[in-house]
Amino acid sequence: MASLKELKARIASVKSTQRITSAMKMVAAAKLRRAQEMAEASRPYAERMERMLGSLAAGAPVEGAPPMMVGTGKEDVHLFVVVTSDRGLCGGFNGAIARTVRHDIERMRGEGKTVKLMIVGRKGVGLLRREFAKITVGVFEELSKPAPSFDGAATVATKITTMFEDGEFDICTVYYNKFVSVLTQEPTPLQLIPFSAPDAPEDEDEDRAAGAAGPTTAAAVYDFEPEEEKILAALLPRNLRIQILRALQESFASEQGARMTAMDNATRNAGDMISQLSITYNRSRQAQITKELIEIISGAEAL
Amino acid sequence: MADKLAFDLVSPERLLLSEKVEMVVLPGEEGDLGVMAGHAPMISQIRQGAICVFEGGAVAQRLYVDGGFAEVTPERCTVIAEMAVPLEDVTVADVDREISDLRDDISIAPNDEVRAALELSLASAEAKRAVVAAPPY
Repeated sequence: MASLKELKARIASVKSTQRITSAMKMVAAAKLRRAQEMAEASRPYAERMERMLGSLAAGAPVEGAPPMMVGTGKEDVHLFVVVTSDRGLCGGFNGAIARTVRHDIERMRGEGKTVKLMIVGRKGVGLLRREFAKITVGVFEELSKPAPSFDGAATVATKITTMFEDGEFDICTVYYNKFVSVLTQEPTPLQLIPFSAPDAPEDEDEDRAAGAAGPTTAAAVYDFEPEEEKILAALLPRNLRIQILRALQESFASEQGARMTAMDNATRNAGDMISQLSITYNRSRQAQITKELIEIISGAEAL
Repeated sequence: MADKLAFDLVSPERLLLSEKVEMVVLPGEEGDLGVMAGHAPMISQIRQGAICVFEGGAVAQRLYVDGGFAEVTPERCTVIAEMAVPLEDVTVADVDREISDLRDDISIAPNDEVRAALELSLASAEAKRAVVAAPPY
């Protein structure tokens, strides 16, 4: 059995760990609230962008539409944009997304497609880069520091746009952790190029991205200045930026949620450990006292 | 014209302006356009320049936008801009300082990508300077 001194030292160290984890939990909770507010603040822009895109797409001729909308006509080369966190200690957050991506890459390869990888976030780089070094075409670290910004999203979007214009891929999908609740995050793929209609109707985030003529657009016939195609061509890259910003924001909120849960668990585990160690400590102290007493008594009896 | 126009100005970071106004003048891609309630529906691209909100026949508010899009219907006008700043307390000196800062940054830019991004900001800042310096109608 460990000596009393050792036990005492261990209890002290677990206690300080607990203090750190509970502080991290509190910080994550505060950041989570801010992240949610930010996601809230960018919603009006995204909604109006979608409405405008909807009206444009409803009127645009299919043949003349920019390739970003209708695709290149091929599906051979896929670009996966993986959004992960820059910092660790957030439970299975990055592991989950890496697993999903790895699985999808295998599947795509099975179908004979080429996959290219663009990684956002330092942890994702650590997890995926070694394995997929040959197909990694871009790495972005510390974009969401201190929080996801529009500029950060624009950097990623510019790179994607350039690559698309150079014909380096046909389909672009972003993988991020969707914020379901503080406790649950869900690795979610979202196709960016070409725009795809969401499968689930309750998915309010990206509805009408594909430009199904909604009730708002059917009523009005718009004049366009300059021509429809030109506006569409200018609007699409902007939409790409906002979709990426949204993915970054969701991922950031999820990260904070995951960290909060992970740190909550860690704090609780530390608490359990402390009570276990305290019991051991008290028992051995008791045992030692008893032993000393017996020694004294037997010593006295021997006289 | 008793009717008022519901004018929204949104940027990715927040909803900047959402109010009933008499008229707004937008810097359209093909020339400035004044929008009042009852305007024919249109979608227009917007160049860098000033958005003027008119109230009671005079300019009530001016904002600088770094390009964007406007959607106009008879009842409302929505402008989405990636960057928009209210011009109330921006002076020419402020913008000049911004421009010279950007020039300094460009001279020490580590690579072409950063330089290109900074040059875009510089062009935007110069457009802003022109807007700030110009009289509001």
